[in-house]
Parts: sequence; structure tokens; C-alpha cells
Amino acid sequence: MTLFYGTELPNPLMLGTAQYPSPAILEQAFRASGAGVATVSLRREGAGGGGQAFWQMICDLDVHVLPNTAGCHTVKEAVTTAHMARDVFGTTWIKLELIGHTDSLQPDVYQLVEAARILTEDGFDVFPYTTEDLIVGERLLGAGCQVLMPWGAPIGSGRGLNNPYALRAMRAEFPDVPLVVDAGIGLPSHAAQAMELGFDAVLLNTAVARAGDPVAMAQAMKLAIEAGKLACDADPIEARDMAEASTPVIGKAFLS
Amino acid sequence: MKIVLNGDTRNVSAATLADLLVECGVTGRVATAVNEDFVPAALREDHKIKDGDRIEIVAPMQGG
Repeated sequence: MTLFYGTELPNPLMLGTAQYPSPAILEQAFRASGAGVATVSLRREGAGGGGQAFWQMICDLDVHVLPNTAGCHTVKEAVTTAHMARDVFGTTWIKLELIGHTDSLQPDVYQLVEAARILTEDGFDVFPYTTEDLIVGERLLGAGCQVLMPWGAPIGSGRGLNNPYALRAMRAEFPDVPLVVDAGIGLPSHAAQAMELGFDAVLLNTAVARAGDPVAMAQAMKLAIEAGKLACDADPIEARDMAEASTPVIGKAFLS
Repeated sequence: MKIVLNGDTRNVSAATLADLLVECGVTGRVATAVNEDFVPAALREDHKIKDGDRIEIVAPMQGG
């Protein structure tokens, strides 16, 4: 049983709430996915107060809320956003994003570690969006993080797991730390692969929200994650270079 | 008094941040910052605003 800051999730899917064709489809997709966590953000309140209607819908979903610091480029900006999120959403959970590169949205891991330390000392439960770098992972744990969320690929790219080798190494290096593949998932097979590698959860958004049928894709992700988790727990065989006959040779009829 | 609210310059008469929310018709769950510093909801009543303040009011929104 994996605990995320003391909380057990109903299933290992964390689902984003952005980019759906409509609020109704968002709600249906969430129910189809079975996701136990919804990521949310803070933005300037426009005329009409749309934020309040959105918040009511999230409350009705009865899921854990994971606010993000999306779009933040400095420690100061991210820390302030985290405080604002705690004020609004009433949770100490924060998905800490500190963007370092405009095109790839690669995290600025130096600032990430610093912001994680500040927020942890201030009582936050930090879910850091990071790279697959082991040393950065160590630094984040040293800063007080109890979860690591390496990217699979750049946010929204749908490329899947760009570096399965490094993610496998991360799993081996931190066997007792909850690990979440965050970002880059495009297909259910990508999500299944993350779970097969032994990751504890998958966080995705665009792959469901921008699919032609988000509700069906949400269900596909749910099933893939279940399959990947089952496969991991079933102790898969090691891949080999050469064939190994599965049908017994002994007893084969002599017909030549 | 002239302030910048969510990027737009506005003339307001509110004396405190709490009054400003009322004056602007903002209700529900929001968070506030003044001149890039977070101001918790519990401190809005006591937070005096002054000419030239840059005030941000944010609300729950979709996110990934």
C-alpha cells in the first residue's frame, strides 16, 4: 500500500482538469477514470466568477485536490502561489512546478529544490515535478519531499516514457519513496509501462482531455494502469536476446 | 485611489483589501496578493490598500 503523505489513493491515477471540451465531459471523464486525485490551478478570476462553478464541480467529484504552481519561473513566484493555493483549496498538498525552459517546460531543478525546502519547512506536502536525475531526487528528498514526480516526456507532448532506463534506475534507487510519472503520457500503453516499471502512480491530463473521446480514453487509462500494476506485482520475466522454446522438446514425435 | 487589479488600472474607494473584494463584487473562494506578497484571507480586514498597489485576486481554475 503506497501512502502519499499519509494518504492512500483509491487508484494510482492522478488526472488533470484542464483542456476538456466542456465541464460535463470533464466530470464524465473523471468518473470513468476512477482517479482519486484532481490537479487544479489558480488563475485570475474573470468576470462571471467561473472559478467558483469549477470549484463546486471538483467538490462534487469527491477527490483529493492537488493544486499546482504551473507557469511559475522563480522560487518567489512558486512559493507565493503555493501559499495562495493553500488559502483557497484548504490543502497542504502542492504540485510544485518550477519551469526552466520555455519550449520543453523542463523543470528548473535548482530552484525546485530551494522552493521545496522552503515549502516543506512551512508545512506543505510537496509533490515536485522533476526530471529523472537521481541526484536531484536525492536533493528533493533531503529538502523534505516524500514523493518524487519525474517527467516521462515534456508536458503535453504525448511521447510516453522518453527514458525508461533512467526511470527504472530511479525506482531501484528509491525503493521506498512513492514515485509518480508526471507528464508526457500520450497512450494507455505509456501509462501501463510506467506501472510495469514499478511506479506508484501516473499523473496525466492532455492525453485524456484532448482525445477525440475523453471519456473513453479516461476509461482506457484506468484499465491500462490497473493492468500495469497487476503485471508489476506478478513479477514479470526478464527480457532475453535469444529464443527459448516454451513447448517441451522431450516427447516430440520423430517425423523426419 | 488608483490601483492595478489583476493587471487593469482601476479607481477604487475601498480602504482595506476586504473592502476591495466587496467593492469589486468578488465572492467565493479566492486568494489575494498585494505587490507580489501573499495576503491570507484572515488578514484582509486589516490590510490597508494604498495608491499604486498592484493587487492580484485568483480563483480555482482548471490545471494539469
